[in-house]
Amino acid sequence: MLNLTDEQMDRYSRHLILKEIGPEGQVKLLQSRVLVVGTGGLGSPVSLYLAAAGIGTIGLVDADAVDISNLQRQIVHTTADINRPKVESAEAKLKAINPEVKVEPWLLYLDASNVDEIIRQYDFVVDGTDNFATKFLINDACVLADIPFSHGGILRFDGQTMTVLPKKSACYRCCFHEPPPAKSVPSCSQAGVLGAVAGMLGTIQAAEAIKFITGAGTLLTDVLLTFDAKTMNFRRVNLRRRTDCPVCGDTPTILKVRDFERESCGIQTNGSD
Amino acid sequence: MEIRLNGESRFIEAPHLTVAGLLEMEQVMSPEMVAVQIDGEIVHRCAYHDTVVGDSNQVDLLYFMAGG
Repeated sequence: MLNLTDEQMDRYSRHLILKEIGPEGQVKLLQSRVLVVGTGGLGSPVSLYLAAAGIGTIGLVDADAVDISNLQRQIVHTTADINRPKVESAEAKLKAINPEVKVEPWLLYLDASNVDEIIRQYDFVVDGTDNFATKFLINDACVLADIPFSHGGILRFDGQTMTVLPKKSACYRCCFHEPPPAKSVPSCSQAGVLGAVAGMLGTIQAAEAIKFITGAGTLLTDVLLTFDAKTMNFRRVNLRRRTDCPVCGDTPTILKVRDFERESCGIQTNGSD
Repeated sequence: MEIRLNGESRFIEAPHLTVAGLLEMEQVMSPEMVAVQIDGEIVHRCAYHDTVVGDSNQVDLLYFMAGG
């Protein structure tokens, strides 16, 4: 087993004194590989906390460049980063927080042709995307490849998240079945989103990734956690894996990933608005 | 009858309430943007008009959220 250096003992001292993490858990984090899809509202806090926590390798997927309208919530980017590719901007911040973290930037959008090859390189995937097409793509690809992942979604003052252990716990499709009709999808740019809501949900997702890697606590499996920041009411809705789920059920009809029409939460972008 | 809607108790005066009727009553503007779960079972979107909400049912309206 890897031994922690004196510097690592100092850097991660607050993890090391947690009995659920300790040196063993920290070594697991240092050896782990986590993919963050979308480097926007959710991907910002997720990737910052994962880097600070010492996740060994963090993959970042996004084809977008930083826009001034992103900065209200996408806290990994700064005003000086406008027009810079988001993965490049984020990589610089993650390295600044923790130089020993390896960052793998993927300057692309996930689609049916590339998703499987990319996610199989990681232990855990965090969905921080801004559109249903990619959310369902990630669900299907992760279930088929047996890669655990965290779903996250935000809109206005609301957030929702669930953690999926493929074929063991309810998947996103068990609950939401299929993407809603494209025309009915309200966009964040039309409906708005409170910036801090992205931070609230993203930090929950980061905690889930860390819990999965270290085995600490119990995951948000078979439950959809939702909150409304207007009232600060948090609610856990119990879910169960559906035997008739088209991807993780007993007789699945989805046997390989396919692309859906990508209806973005942003108007012109389709990455991590 | 009394149901639990999104975790809260609700008294409803309706003899024959379907999921579609409940969504209308709750002024859900876009029923296609919500998944409905009754007593732990997701109701298929195409069955909203045929599925009846009964006394003491636990109904959860789970909204699709695409933002990230």
